[in-house]
Amino acid sequence: MTQPIISIQNLFYTYADGTEALRDINLDVPPNEVFVLFGPARSGKSTLLRLLNRLSDLIEGAQRQGTILFNGGDVFDRRVNVSVLRRRISMVFAIPTPLPGSIYDNLTYGLRMAGLKDRTELDRRATQSLKQAALWDEVKDRLDASAFALSGGQKQRLCIARSLALEPDVILLDNPTSGLDPLSTATVEESLFELKDRYTIIMVPHSVQQAARVADRAAFLLDGELVETGTAGDMFVHPKDQRTEDYITGRFG
Amino acid sequence: MTRQQTHKLAVAVITIVAAIVVIPIILVIGVVFWNGLPALSWEFLTQPPTNGMREGGIMPAILGTVLLTFGTAIASFPLSIAAAIYLAEYAGDTRLTRWVRMAIVNLAGIPSIVYGLFGLGMFVLFFGFGTSIVAGALTLGILTMPVVISTAEEAILSVPQEFRTVSLSLGATKWQTIRHQVLPNAMPGIITGIILGLGRAAGETAPILFTVAAFYLPELPKSIFDQTMALPYHLYVISTQVPGMPLEIQYSTALVLLLIVLSLTLVATLVRTRMRRRREW
Repeated sequence: MTQPIISIQNLFYTYADGTEALRDINLDVPPNEVFVLFGPARSGKSTLLRLLNRLSDLIEGAQRQGTILFNGGDVFDRRVNVSVLRRRISMVFAIPTPLPGSIYDNLTYGLRMAGLKDRTELDRRATQSLKQAALWDEVKDRLDASAFALSGGQKQRLCIARSLALEPDVILLDNPTSGLDPLSTATVEESLFELKDRYTIIMVPHSVQQAARVADRAAFLLDGELVETGTAGDMFVHPKDQRTEDYITGRFG
Repeated sequence: MTRQQTHKLAVAVITIVAAIVVIPIILVIGVVFWNGLPALSWEFLTQPPTNGMREGGIMPAILGTVLLTFGTAIASFPLSIAAAIYLAEYAGDTRLTRWVRMAIVNLAGIPSIVYGLFGLGMFVLFFGFGTSIVAGALTLGILTMPVVISTAEEAILSVPQEFRTVSLSLGATKWQTIRHQVLPNAMPGIITGIILGLGRAAGETAPILFTVAAFYLPELPKSIFDQTMALPYHLYVISTQVPGMPLEIQYSTALVLLLIVLSLTLVATLVRTRMRRRREW
């Protein structure tokens, strides 16, 4: 295995109410692959995703132990600039949430907040990210239209494009197709294949089927513990752990 | 009586009671318009009072109230909005912020004459501004702070949390998030609070009594350290302190004051509905 881009070591996470969300997670994520975190509801997938770019900072009173290395550096180090980290590891949420403003405003928001003012560069990044997210043809004539005027599937691809515009290293996708129809889901999934040449994608899937469709590598989480991790071929065809097999074959979940 | 009938009766009673609420405001506005409109004229609005205020117009009082309202805006809003941002976005729930919140609630409950006396002690005497527009505007500014802070805080809190999370997830700092997402989306509510506060300030008498208002001063103020006449106090003076005052002048003055305050409230409502219609979430 190549040098991992993200390495999670002995990670424990407990919410303020005492709920143990993650217990002793050890996981390496190689670059330029689609890595899928799957498991039943409340197994800790989203929590883990939010820890990677420290959106977990917004949760008050939670306790964390262990480390997450990103390109070898601890993301929880005091000297880490969280803004820079979140531009390198960018998140797309389950519910497509455009910010108030135009499509263009949304695409360039992160860059403008990073201090980029050069109009040509902003235009270039906006165009490129729309193409990567397979949205360009549908919106190229109306970049100044409100982002709220888009359909659900378009909004989600806009949110993906908005993350891509930052040219991050890692894209976190938290169940990005949860509210989408099958056709939009297929479009989003297809765009993932194109993206992994340039980005590392870590995704919480909508279903085991989706996990099997998109994953290069997967990890199965259950009740905050990592049950098993491996390549998609191994995980979905010959799982080693009985619990993984039971979940994949639909015996519980 | 069947359940249906009980329901109808209840709705009828509630409707009637709600309608009664409207009666006082219609009566007040109606009586003031009815009695005040005949004496209202261009001269009345643009001339200074003459003959011991029994004749002429009320221009210096109108101008004074307008000046005081602007001054109040300048005195109150930077502080109020900063306080609202702090309380809504940064403060959290600590012992200190609970005290600050309680102080704001209580500030709203202080009788306005107490504000007047506080302004006299603080701004007129201690800071040495004298009886002046500055002292009056600062006093009125403090008076409006509770309503502006609480409406602005509410407006800030009503901005959907997802916008904050998304903004932060795209690498914006907390302040950038407030500046570029929270405040623009909270603006309709903040502006409403500001204008409602101003409406209250424009109509107050007691706070300006010792801090700025002149009994009779036909000349216009030359600087912010001058006294000025103001409508509420002028109305009080001509209603109680001047013998032989024609009734229609009193009513016309009341009408002008009422129109200023009502138009501020109207503007607040318009701003709110317009900006809310433009909002898409």
